[in-house]
Amino acid sequence: MERNQQRRQLAVMRQSLFDQEYLDEQFIQLEELQDDANPNFVEEVVTLYYRDSARLIQSIEQALEKKPLDFSKLDGYMHQFKGSSSSIGAKKVKAESTLFREYCRVGNGEGCIRTFQQLKKEYTTLKKKLEAYFQLARQVGPAETACRPK
Amino acid sequence: MNPSNGKGPISMASSSASWRVGDGVSDQFPAGLRVLVVDDDPTCLRILEKMLRTCLYEVTKCNRAETALSLLRGNKNGFDIVISDVHMPDMDGFKLLEYIGLEMDLPVIMMSADDGKNVVMKGVTHGACDYLIKPVRIEALKNIWQHVVRKRKNEWKDFEQSGSVEEDRQQKQSDEADYSSSANEGNWKNSKKRKDDEEESEERDDSSTLKKPRVVWSVELHQQFVAAVNQLGIDKAVPKKILELMNVPGLTRENVASHLQKYRLYLRRLSGVSQHPNNLNGSFMNPQEAAFGQLSSLNGLDLQALAAAGQLPAHSLATLQAAGLGRSTPKSSIHMPLVDQRNVFSFENPKLRLGEGQQQHMPSNKQMGLLHGIPTTMEPKQLANLQHTAQSIGNINMQINSQGGQSSQNNSLLMQMAQSQSRGQILGETAGGHVPRLPSTIGQPILTPDIGPNVSARNGIPENIRSTGYNPVSQTSSLLNFPMTPTSELSVNSYPLGNTSGVSSLPSKGSFQQDINSDIKGSVGFMPSFDIFNDLHQHKSQNWELENVGMTFDASRHSNSAQGSLDLAQSVLAHQGFSSGQMTGQNRNAAAIGSTMFSSNNGTEHGNAQNVGPHLNALLIDNQIRVKTETFHDSNPANIFPEHFGQEDLMSALLKQQEGIASAEHEFDFDGYSMDNISV
Repeated sequence: MERNQQRRQLAVMRQSLFDQEYLDEQFIQLEELQDDANPNFVEEVVTLYYRDSARLIQSIEQALEKKPLDFSKLDGYMHQFKGSSSSIGAKKVKAESTLFREYCRVGNGEGCIRTFQQLKKEYTTLKKKLEAYFQLARQVGPAETACRPK
Repeated sequence: MNPSNGKGPISMASSSASWRVGDGVSDQFPAGLRVLVVDDDPTCLRILEKMLRTCLYEVTKCNRAETALSLLRGNKNGFDIVISDVHMPDMDGFKLLEYIGLEMDLPVIMMSADDGKNVVMKGVTHGACDYLIKPVRIEALKNIWQHVVRKRKNEWKDFEQSGSVEEDRQQKQSDEADYSSSANEGNWKNSKKRKDDEEESEERDDSSTLKKPRVVWSVELHQQFVAAVNQLGIDKAVPKKILELMNVPGLTRENVASHLQKYRLYLRRLSGVSQHPNNLNGSFMNPQEAAFGQLSSLNGLDLQALAAAGQLPAHSLATLQAAGLGRSTPKSSIHMPLVDQRNVFSFENPKLRLGEGQQQHMPSNKQMGLLHGIPTTMEPKQLANLQHTAQSIGNINMQINSQGGQSSQNNSLLMQMAQSQSRGQILGETAGGHVPRLPSTIGQPILTPDIGPNVSARNGIPENIRSTGYNPVSQTSSLLNFPMTPTSELSVNSYPLGNTSGVSSLPSKGSFQQDINSDIKGSVGFMPSFDIFNDLHQHKSQNWELENVGMTFDASRHSNSAQGSLDLAQSVLAHQGFSSGQMTGQNRNAAAIGSTMFSSNNGTEHGNAQNVGPHLNALLIDNQIRVKTETFHDSNPANIFPEHFGQEDLMSALLKQQEGIASAEHEFDFDGYSMDNISV
């Protein structure tokens, strides 16, 4: 049936997110928190994340335009961003954040700018994928998610 | 006590006091634990909230540190544990940690995405009971209740040590626990019930209350206490009578007894400050040294007692130290207050010397600035707390701080004084985490009525400080006070330790005006208030050892991070008043404090400072060891084992201590701080 097909599709989608390392173990933690009382918990948190981090992204962007670059400020923003991203399990985004911070630490402005571009790409890609995933999940119905892929 | 089976077992919160570790804890035990989680990141906050709820804890979340503080202050017994992020826009997480430690004595868990060793270390030194790396997993949260139990258990122990009747207490505990469990219909979250329980136990005989309702020895309360003590005469002041005189509802004989104990220690310390040359130079704490462990142990003063209870003292110490250190102003005024106080307490101490020294230093102490240096912006409340304990000392420190950095020595003195004062208080109060009180007292006129005329002056000072919001200063002050005892007997030794380190951390240099980050290098000039004191006292202060310390301190200050110094100071302070055992932790603090003190004393040549100085140096150098030795230096061994002081006469207690200490540490030759002796 449509439903079953969708369920399968959802599972596949989910698995690929992990396989491609867009998401990590922390995402599963979120899934496990989802229950009847909060049936859309994961989606809720991810939405919150994207809303809040958009602000940070913007601050970083603005800071990157200033000359000379204020590395400590940039690092501060990125630290926050990294914390948020890691809490939803955004693996690639988190990796880029770490790299960015490393460039800040050594004062490599070029490296920062480059890494940030990459980070934004990962960030946006993940967002799209998760949106599609949640959309499907909503169609499929609750209790379809939260199963450890591995 | 057991948690009732079935329903919400005794709420941790309420029964935590009576929880005996080791008792069969029902599976439901941690359920209902009241957690306050603070994080500016909404995503993390939401996740944490959900995780904690899943653990069956009762969660309150807030995204600003200020909100968290007001929530905590508004309901002192409303939470069992706090989880806070390190990086927050409105306030540094460590600062919040200090505040909480000082004021509420709650276990605090820090968290951050940062897992760098330095940050984690900072957490430890500020007294966090745990540090979680983000992203936080639910497994990590499941066990946070252990911190609450541990803290309570330690507090209990402290409480017991302070001479309360153990059996009664235990009895009470069980009673309480039983009461709680049965009374609670499993809804242990019912903090109200817990409060009722607490109240009941408070009302019961003094030996009860495991729970240890936190009695906050506010400045006013302490003043009442001191007034009562003076009225009765220090040797006739027994808790029962003091309690009657004070006539404060809800205060138990036990509260008074423990407070009295601390107070006596403080007095002893004041009178026993020995003159030790300032060796502190350079030996000021290394902030790293401060990393010994919990600052808490450093509270020579009461902090120790508190420290034992938990991390609180540590925090307090740190804060205190920070406060004291930051503002070390060379004003010798600090000394003065001490001296006065001592006199008041019928001490014939050489403290006068200190006072004199202070006078000299009071150059332009800005009273207000005391707290300036302190990186931690302790709120006035905290200062007030400090003041309580440190009363006059705190003022001094405060003043010193305002001065800006030169009077590091003064600060140290103040700190010592504050410390001693606070110690006294703390000792008495072990249970309630009086440590926190210390800081706040600083805000308040530290000068207790006892101080006499000088005191009054001092009191004025703290206010200034408060306005500036230098809580931190006060904290340190109290710490500092500790060792400050102008009297030669007290070897400031312990104090130096704290100061130095403390100072460093504290941006004592006058720059503390704002919440300076703990990075502020303690401005040595704590003692803004010295000016005042100077005027008051015409004592000529000899060169306080502190001065030396102060000097060193300055140097050290800058080098360390606030934390380090604080720790040292704390340890120093701690040692001063506390038994050697506590010294370890205290050493650090003391050192920190000592350093601050020293810096503050730079300008002043107070005799006390001298005492402090050497001590501080010693402390700095070897926080742990020195502290121990140092404390023992204190003329009165009594200081070392505060907890055993009961209501004896101060003198007799002193004697006893001396005996006791003598046996413990055979060498009180202070010059040689031989650590070996210190058998903590």
